Amino acid sequence: MKQTPVNRFKAEFPAKSINEGYARMVAAAFVSQLDPTVADLADIKTAVSEAVTNCIVHAYRDKEGYCPIYISGAYYADGRVVISVRDKGCGISDIKQAVTPLFTTDPAGERSGMGFTIMESFCDKMSVSSRVGKGTTVRLVKKIVRP
Amino acid sequence: MYIDYKLKGNVLTASLHGEIDHHSAVIARTEIDTEIDRVKAVGLNLDLSDISFCDSSGLGLVMGRLKKMRASGGSAVVLNPSERVEKVLRLAGIDTLMPIKKEELK
Repeated sequence: MKQTPVNRFKAEFPAKSINEGYARMVAAAFVSQLDPTVADLADIKTAVSEAVTNCIVHAYRDKEGYCPIYISGAYYADGRVVISVRDKGCGISDIKQAVTPLFTTDPAGERSGMGFTIMESFCDKMSVSSRVGKGTTVRLVKKIVRP
Repeated sequence: MYIDYKLKGNVLTASLHGEIDHHSAVIARTEIDTEIDRVKAVGLNLDLSDISFCDSSGLGLVMGRLKKMRASGGSAVVLNPSERVEKVLRLAGIDTLMPIKKEELK
């Protein structure tokens, strides 16, 4: 049965690197309503930062004009938080390769190839759906349990 | 983010303050490299004790500086990362490539 979220949020902003900080702060502010531990909050901030950085560095790499990033979140009565980060960029042709640790298409940009690995490690669940030429959505799920 | 520097002999200590993400890493990378070249450093200490946030861009920043130092026969060390920052660094195995030291630097 599909659960109804207790609360939700949505935000949209242009793919500018200065907004990486904005994105993780807005997600952190939302999740703070659940009174998470410092560690859980840091995990969410890091995962969101990775997802948004991917949109800026990879999805919109060759695109000009307005490049929107959409972030939305919801939390449920059981403490489960779901955050989605979506772009309308180039898409990923080989998701399996993209999520492989240390794989990067941009070594010159000093990208470590660890973005998806960090998202996976710091969340309970991470999934990627993508269509080449249309865009990518990353879905991050983490259960916030109060100590 | 801002960085301050100390030079002792030919060992440069760069103390980073604030948050490391893709936005700040791009700026920090140019700034640190310029300082390394200016003082002709042979050793580099990256003091991360005052870093409050670090994502995979921090890995790129640290690995890139290690690569630069090694290319000229030098070395690099990470100093005093918080537990949180160290977790990110270890995930990529940085501790197997260079020392992560925890000490008071005086």
